[in-house]
Amino acid sequence: MQARFYRALYRIRRIEEEIAAVYPTDKIKSPVHLSIGQEAVSVGVCEALRPDDVVFGSYRSHALYLAKGGNLRRMIAELYGKADGCAKGKGGSMHLIDIEARVMGASAVVGTTIPQAVGFAYALKLQRKDSVVASFFGDGAVDEGVFHESLNFAALKGLPIIFVCENNRYAIHTHQSKRQKLDNICDRARAHGLPAEQIPNNDVQRIYERISQSVGQLRAGSPGPFFFECLTYRLKEHVGPNDDFQLGYRTREEAEAWVKSDPIEQLRAHLDAAERRRIEMEVEDEIKDAFVFAEQSPWPEAAELYTDVYGE
Amino acid sequence: MASETKRELSYIDAVREATDQEMARDSSVILFGLDVDDPKAIQGTTRGLLEKFGPERVFGTPLSEDAMTGVAIGAALAGLRPIHVHIRMDFLMLAMNQLINIAAKSRYMYGGQVQVPIVVRSMIGKSWGQGAQHSQGLYSFFMHVPGLKVVAPTTPYDAKGCLVHAIRDNDPVMYVEHRILHFQRGPVPETSYTVKPGKARITANGSDVTLVGISYMQVECLRARRYLESVDIDAEVIDPIWLSPLDIDTIVESVRKTGRLCVVDNGWSACGASAEIVALVIERLQQIRPVVVRRLGFAPVTCPPTPILENLYYPNASTIASAVYDLVRGGDNGWMPKERLDLQEIQFRGPF
Repeated sequence: MQARFYRALYRIRRIEEEIAAVYPTDKIKSPVHLSIGQEAVSVGVCEALRPDDVVFGSYRSHALYLAKGGNLRRMIAELYGKADGCAKGKGGSMHLIDIEARVMGASAVVGTTIPQAVGFAYALKLQRKDSVVASFFGDGAVDEGVFHESLNFAALKGLPIIFVCENNRYAIHTHQSKRQKLDNICDRARAHGLPAEQIPNNDVQRIYERISQSVGQLRAGSPGPFFFECLTYRLKEHVGPNDDFQLGYRTREEAEAWVKSDPIEQLRAHLDAAERRRIEMEVEDEIKDAFVFAEQSPWPEAAELYTDVYGE
Repeated sequence: MASETKRELSYIDAVREATDQEMARDSSVILFGLDVDDPKAIQGTTRGLLEKFGPERVFGTPLSEDAMTGVAIGAALAGLRPIHVHIRMDFLMLAMNQLINIAAKSRYMYGGQVQVPIVVRSMIGKSWGQGAQHSQGLYSFFMHVPGLKVVAPTTPYDAKGCLVHAIRDNDPVMYVEHRILHFQRGPVPETSYTVKPGKARITANGSDVTLVGISYMQVECLRARRYLESVDIDAEVIDPIWLSPLDIDTIVESVRKTGRLCVVDNGWSACGASAEIVALVIERLQQIRPVVVRRLGFAPVTCPPTPILENLYYPNASTIASAVYDLVRGGDNGWMPKERLDLQEIQFRGPF
């Protein structure tokens, strides 16, 4: 399991680092909201899901897309705006989708995919399927009215959905304490009748265990939903490839505490050196291949501008 | 069908029958919204459906228009065909993010890999003091956005046929009902049929002027036509039915013949459906033949509840006829027909 976690976390970290490295060349035609520092939440949750389970995310969903099994080549091609992108170059970094991997979409408008995840869960229940849905959003989204409306309805109908709040404490540059009188995100969920739990410190193992348990209960027919607030930290700027400590809204010391407890470093220490090297080499090959694929993929045809507006 | 068209239904029963038949035909169709399962059953348009299809497929919702619109979209992504009902179009303002940013865009921004087959039913109110927030005809907002379809049926026949199509359509459809039209009665075949996008209907032939009436204003236009007959003006009346996609060809062909166009909207004129129709007609005919145009719609103010002011706020058959008279004869003639009670064939029952 540790090797699996390490591979998944390292892979996302390295992909994001490569995106950051390429970004100044202007080959990437999309604003990027990098997941560096927050990989543990997506990996911990998605490792506990089946391929037929469904996820919805936010504009910061590279980690979610990759952790759920989204196609890497097509993700990089999407960032490049190429025809082989996961949305043919019509979505961009903020609207990743992979139908086969059941990554069902991501939105630039905060909180917007939460009710879609709930609606998908409603359909799964009606269709008597035993798949579950995981809805990912940040601590900014819990300020939106739709968050409360969605949790209430999901609880009212006992839907097979797990809400995952990735709390990195910041909505762009504004700390949670400047937006919320109380640090009580789990209480907000409990107020709607959901069992809720906070998992601190990017604890990938704990996230995996708790989600596995919840998913097991949902599949056994217990009513949902479940709510988890996973404390995590964004190491790069809100949008773009750089550090942003010079802006002064947060300190380097605050970030260093998270760097010290980085699960990638911790897992690395536990792995056999040969196995670690093998994983890292495989990941590096996969990344190289994906960027070459994106470089070589053609631009969309001009006619694509007018397709996909309507079905018929 | 010939024998069936003798059967008359109200608009309400036409909507109910379309929903009933489609839910029976396709188990992926679900129906929800505030009060769809309450004793009034949305003026009767959802009556009996809960009993027939059960509470999983027919349910009332929390007062959460925003989230429930997202729920409809999510359910559609999972293969269902939700119908989401709003008893007032004004309430859709709470759902704009989901409608504009997700429903309209998903097919495109996900590269054609998903579809959002939802129907959003909403009602426009009028009279009995409906006032500022129970009376707005806001469909032009949705005509503005690629990815949405918009329909505003006027007759019971179209109410059924358009709703059947809307449910089967693979794109989000904004289905707009006018509360006064709910009481219209007309021939409706019992067998299922569709009234598809892309075809306007010429509801009365004429040669002097083209009158386009949207939603309830279609009824006022037909009345205005009768007033105009008395002064030897022969108006052709067109019901666009589907506003997006809009059948502009039928309107253009009529104006090519008449040279005069008056669009009467059940909303404000600024940036509205009437502005769009006039612009499209002018673009098509401007170097082909001279055309004179006129737009009529709500007064550019907030709808007042007091009947004295409210009557001035809406176009009606007399004010339409007066404006068209000037359009045809030229100048400001000050002609206004005397109201004829025999033209009040609409069965109007308040309060609501």
